[in-house]
Amino acid sequence: MNNSAASTSSGSGDVPAPRRNSNRPKYSRFTQQELPACKPILTPRWVITVFTLIGVIFVPIGVAALMASNKVVEIVYRYDAVCIHGNTKDEKVAYIQNANTSKTCIITLTVPKDMDQPIYVYYQLDNFYQNHRRYVKSRNDAQLKDSDKANDTSGCDPEKTTPDGSPILPCGLIAWSLFNDTYSFSIGNQNLTVNKVGISWKSDRDHKFGDNVFPRNFQNGTMKGGASLNESIPLSQQEDLIVWMRTAALPTFRKPYGKIEQNLRVNETITVIIQNYYNTYSFSGKKKLVLSTSSWLGGKNDFTGIAYLTIGGLCFFLATAFTVVYLVKPRKLGDPSYLSWNRNPSGH
Amino acid sequence: MVGDGLTISREEEEEEEERSLAPLPSSGRHHRRKSSASAASRDGFPNPAHVRHLSRTETERLASSQRELADSNSRIVFIGDPGGSDPRFEIPRNSIRTAKYSPITFLPRNLFEQFRRLSYIYFLAIVILNQLPQLAVFGRGASALPLAFVLLVTAVKDAYEDWRRHRSDRIENNRAASVLDPQSGRFLSKRWKEARVGEVLKVLANESIPCDMVLLATSDPTGVAYIQTINLDGESNLKTRYAKQETMARPPGEDHPVDSAGVIRCEQPNRNIYGFLGNMEVDGKRVSLGPANIILRGCELKNTAWVIGVAVYTGSETKVMLNSSGAPSKRSRLETRMNRETLLLSAILIALCSVVAICNGIWLGNHSDDLELAQFFRKRDYSDGDDKKYNYSGIGTQVFFAFLMSVIVFQIMIPISLYISMELVRLGQAYFMVRDANLYDESSNSRFQCRALNINEDLGQIKYVFSDKTGTLTENKMEFQCASIRGVDYSGGRVSSRDNGEAHYILAAGKHILKPKMSVKTDPELVRLLKNKGDTEQGKRAREFFLALACCNTIVPLVVDTSDPKQKLIDYQGESPDEQALAYAAASYGFVLIERTSGHIIIDILGNRQRYDVLGLHEFDSDRKRMSVIVCGPDKTINLFVKGADNSMFGIIQNKVDLSMIDATKANLHAYSSLGLRTLVVGMRELSRKEFEEWQSAYENANTSLMGRGKLLRAVASNVERELHILGASGIEDKLQEGVPEAIESMRQAGIKVWVLTGDKQETAISIGFSCKLLTEAMTQIVINCNSEESCRNKLQDAVAMYRKFAVISPDPFENALTGTGSTKVSMALIIDGISLVYILKTKLEEELFKVATACDVVLCCRVAPLQKAGIVSLIKSRTEDMTLAIGDGANDVSMIQTADVGIGISGQEGRQAVMASDFAMGQFRFLVPLLLVHGHWNYQRMAYMILYNFYRNAVFVFILFWYVLYTAYTLTTAITEWSTVLYSIVYTALPTIVVGVLDKDLSRKTLMKYPQLYRSGQRDERYNLKLFTLTMMDAVWQSVATFYIPYLAYRQSTVDGSSLGDLWILAVVILVNIHLATDVFRWYWITHVAVWGCIVATLICVIIIDCIWTLPGYWAIFKIMGTGLFWLCLLGVIVAGMLPHFSVKALKEYLMPSDIQIAREMDKFRRMNAATMEIQMNRFSTLQL
Repeated sequence: MNNSAASTSSGSGDVPAPRRNSNRPKYSRFTQQELPACKPILTPRWVITVFTLIGVIFVPIGVAALMASNKVVEIVYRYDAVCIHGNTKDEKVAYIQNANTSKTCIITLTVPKDMDQPIYVYYQLDNFYQNHRRYVKSRNDAQLKDSDKANDTSGCDPEKTTPDGSPILPCGLIAWSLFNDTYSFSIGNQNLTVNKVGISWKSDRDHKFGDNVFPRNFQNGTMKGGASLNESIPLSQQEDLIVWMRTAALPTFRKPYGKIEQNLRVNETITVIIQNYYNTYSFSGKKKLVLSTSSWLGGKNDFTGIAYLTIGGLCFFLATAFTVVYLVKPRKLGDPSYLSWNRNPSGH
Repeated sequence: MVGDGLTISREEEEEEEERSLAPLPSSGRHHRRKSSASAASRDGFPNPAHVRHLSRTETERLASSQRELADSNSRIVFIGDPGGSDPRFEIPRNSIRTAKYSPITFLPRNLFEQFRRLSYIYFLAIVILNQLPQLAVFGRGASALPLAFVLLVTAVKDAYEDWRRHRSDRIENNRAASVLDPQSGRFLSKRWKEARVGEVLKVLANESIPCDMVLLATSDPTGVAYIQTINLDGESNLKTRYAKQETMARPPGEDHPVDSAGVIRCEQPNRNIYGFLGNMEVDGKRVSLGPANIILRGCELKNTAWVIGVAVYTGSETKVMLNSSGAPSKRSRLETRMNRETLLLSAILIALCSVVAICNGIWLGNHSDDLELAQFFRKRDYSDGDDKKYNYSGIGTQVFFAFLMSVIVFQIMIPISLYISMELVRLGQAYFMVRDANLYDESSNSRFQCRALNINEDLGQIKYVFSDKTGTLTENKMEFQCASIRGVDYSGGRVSSRDNGEAHYILAAGKHILKPKMSVKTDPELVRLLKNKGDTEQGKRAREFFLALACCNTIVPLVVDTSDPKQKLIDYQGESPDEQALAYAAASYGFVLIERTSGHIIIDILGNRQRYDVLGLHEFDSDRKRMSVIVCGPDKTINLFVKGADNSMFGIIQNKVDLSMIDATKANLHAYSSLGLRTLVVGMRELSRKEFEEWQSAYENANTSLMGRGKLLRAVASNVERELHILGASGIEDKLQEGVPEAIESMRQAGIKVWVLTGDKQETAISIGFSCKLLTEAMTQIVINCNSEESCRNKLQDAVAMYRKFAVISPDPFENALTGTGSTKVSMALIIDGISLVYILKTKLEEELFKVATACDVVLCCRVAPLQKAGIVSLIKSRTEDMTLAIGDGANDVSMIQTADVGIGISGQEGRQAVMASDFAMGQFRFLVPLLLVHGHWNYQRMAYMILYNFYRNAVFVFILFWYVLYTAYTLTTAITEWSTVLYSIVYTALPTIVVGVLDKDLSRKTLMKYPQLYRSGQRDERYNLKLFTLTMMDAVWQSVATFYIPYLAYRQSTVDGSSLGDLWILAVVILVNIHLATDVFRWYWITHVAVWGCIVATLICVIIIDCIWTLPGYWAIFKIMGTGLFWLCLLGVIVAGMLPHFSVKALKEYLMPSDIQIAREMDKFRRMNAATMEIQMNRFSTLQL
């Protein structure tokens, strides 16, 4: 591409001057900055091609993504408001904190469309900052993995030890705040079994949570943040904890609760018995129950499709616009008469 | 008394600093006196004892006045007694230390040096902040990593350089010197580092001199020693130094016990290599010492079997060491500009932090009731049973902490890696400049030298070039061209063909044939005239003329062997090229100077060898502008020969001479200087015995005086140099360097104004101006040479009026001259001389001069002193933003070179002083064109882009972090792992920008040389300005929005965890900024491909490695998220959406508003294709359009 590059210095370059102690720099294409190179220039052809190409790629992807999202059937039910007694925040908090009040709450959901198994059950929390700096750091990964490090609670403030000083396992705010609402589903009289095995990442079960580490002193403190753990089950099998401890990126998030491995037909009514234990009332957080099928793109989200269609459309528009520009104001590329000193005939 | 002494000594020093046309060492009269005495006694002249007596009383009177000075302010050296030396001052030994560090001091000192950079303090402060538990955003290791990395890279570089210095120091310090042992009186071998002040050392021929020594004795009976000072000032010719006669008689050594040796009082160490002041007390006598009596470390002894001297300055106090200051440190304009943008970025940073802190406060305020129970906050710590708050101390403190933490998180808004990248890029650029075969000078076998490493990019923005003339525009290889004798012009040699007078004057000397090294074309008529034995008046004058040329100089003839054993060459060594040219000319006409000893010279006059005793010599000085010599010829007549500049010579001619002859000579002189020749006028006078005696006593008096010696000698000289017969005048051609007119034309087209500052006469300057195409006939010349402030003012006002008149035709001549539009109607040249400048510079008239000078296309300053050169440079520098470049080769250009933004030294004939002071050095003036137009343009373009890109790159990242913080209750959590945050600017994205900064070329060398106008883009700051910065920052904000919000919206209300999303973001941003770079790369070499794509792969690998560490929360996240389709869609979407505005704007701008560079690029690319493919290309293009 740059074949004639050597010609500039060939006069001095290829005479190797056999003088002793010559300081003449050795000729090489590298040192003379004449390596072969590709010199892309945004010619009209290139620009239009690029925009068209992007449009051609993006629009079908957008359509596919939208279709995938539309195929997903999703039932979202917000239950935190219905499952509580009291009007003011204080009343709600008092109700939920009272161990003696009934937390059971029964709701019914109607299936809007056929849902093929597996149907994923999620709980969704709003306004819960699992990415809060105080919160996200309050854990100790060594303790979760290694039974020898059960006493290592560094970094777990303020949930390190019980008031009597014994180390908590799993320590830290994240584990302490483990979500503890439970759901049971039934259609008519028939219970829908929820499979809670395999909702967490296999890599977490195998490598992050030890199979010989058992909960100790957990939720024994003055204030209970959430669920208790069965002390006879190793952490690697406590999948709700494992799911919970993979902290969410954003303050509105879903966590897998389980899978319903059974098809649901349209207009079927699902009865859900919710044990509404988890206190989100103190910070006005919302709780939602989500049942959703999935597609190759994950859950229901039209954004990706719309975004791709927009970008693709924009690129087609730009391709057209540039074509118009090139037609309206044609310019011969590399024409020296456009050089600033040539445009003004009075110049040098 | 002391005060007097001080002023006088300072005066003396100033005198010594003047570099004269023919600086014969000002001392060394004693041996000359001896020879003159012997000559005189032989010839029956008065007994010199009388003279000596007088001089001694004079000496003692003056010396006594110096004693007070000496005691308080000078160094006392006891010869041969190192222990007895002055106890008041700590005198170092002769070991030198150019290394900065020792193994112990390396760490603290190097760190100290590095932390002098303000931005490093900023980063250090952040690292320290991060160590506080309340503020710990990053882990301790991660937070210190970037700073540690940068410090380490620099430290390794420094350590390597220092190790090399240590090594050379060690070699230097362990060289062997022979030092006199006081007990045995023998010279013993010692190492250089052990030599001490006061010790007596012996140096043999071709050995280096270990320290600054006062000569005591030499192998030459007259006490002469020749030294080569090439290491000191680069001058390869030999210089003569003299031992005092008093010590010459009995050198310390075996025969003489050293305890009877004397005491030397001399100045404290200073860096003036051309000056030395002291006296020596030997046997109760005081003798003065000057620069001719001292030999300096770094020089080499030549043509002298041995010398013995006493060390006066050792080690770090030697003049060469005091002068070895490093390269000057200048700051490039781009870097200064960059600081402005850095401040802007700091403002943005503070704004971001404030937003975060305030929002944090508001959030806390709104949720103050909730936080006690909210699981993710939990204000209280129950673990100790009591009810204390955990890590929470009120909103105010939290806001404050949030602010500090956000500074820590957003710190890379100020790119730490930029500083190290810039250094590496400059290193790379320097590598290519040094290796450029086009900047290699064959004749001096010298490469381009990059002495300053931090102003490479300034070369691309030069608007004014201040050039010295002699040795810079011209070769400083003088060639004798014409002679005018008694008003008759002999220019035959100039016009006639070479073979005419080519014959060397060949002398038979025993078995050998001697001939001068260089021959001069001779005028046949003049040769004939000389051969005719001078019967006519004209012939006699011609002989005297050439005799004057042969003897009135300070040339040392050296006989050099050639490959032919029967032939030897006479090489004329001298400090002034003019004198060499004259001596060679005289030799070609048959007046061959064969030998010079301290007392006499031997000249072969047309075959007869004759001895002339040199009785006295008055050096050239800038006041008198002439030199003279008094010789006693074989016929015992005493003649004074004078040569000098015309205006100084015509003032002292005999009144009753033939006026027509004078006029004819003047006419010839005028003709010569219009040809661009340098002229000298030669005169003589025969001295009567009485005159000689008067002169001799005055000369002796002046010579032996300790203070004001120079002044006294000047007075003596002026006294005797009068009533001269004018013998004639000479015209010496100062050849233009190769390619100078073309270079000047290129620079003119590039919008660079070339000003010539020269010490030459106006006529010479103008004629050189014409011959190098600086001046053209079409130009209106404004000449300012005035003798008073008043007339200067009038002249300047006239000039202003004139340019105003022209300005009506073209509205703004200054602006037009820069843009190259419309100024050709009237181009003006200003010619101004040094005397006028005296009245103008540093006065109110300066402003006027500035206006006139900038309106003119060409400015020629003649007869300017070195400091005036600097004054003119600062005239422009202080009033405009324009970049200035000074180029010169001599010591008189040093101040100018140091004042200008960029100083360039020509490593040529006149020594290395200019090179030592310069930022860049090269062999030829014409290299300026490729240097500025090609390398300067590239460097500027590359560096400007790199700085902008670094700002942009880090800003994108910081904004992404910022957007995320808005969704974390303003608590400075980062989804991207802290390691990625830290590695982002030093690993993930660093290499491509460095590679592009070193290698990318917007235009080929050919195009840049062909269209010098392209250089103006640098002058217009086209590649780095506030507008570009703002646009880039807007682009950065958009790209960060795209990068953050596309995944955010796609993953909203999903099960995604922070680490996975963080991995997506970091990969997206790294790919995005690298693609951004890729769209801006002009030339893709394979190295560029490796760097850009390799960096993306390296990032992926790093992210994968980080996600394979099980203790980190993000364990395995990258694999999980890469397994989903949404991840890839997001990545693609981010890149396309992020690049769309940049790409569209770039395409649109390049098409609709193409810069010159863009058009030239297109020409570059499409010109290469042959006509056929071009046609196809265009056809395709048009079909596409249809």
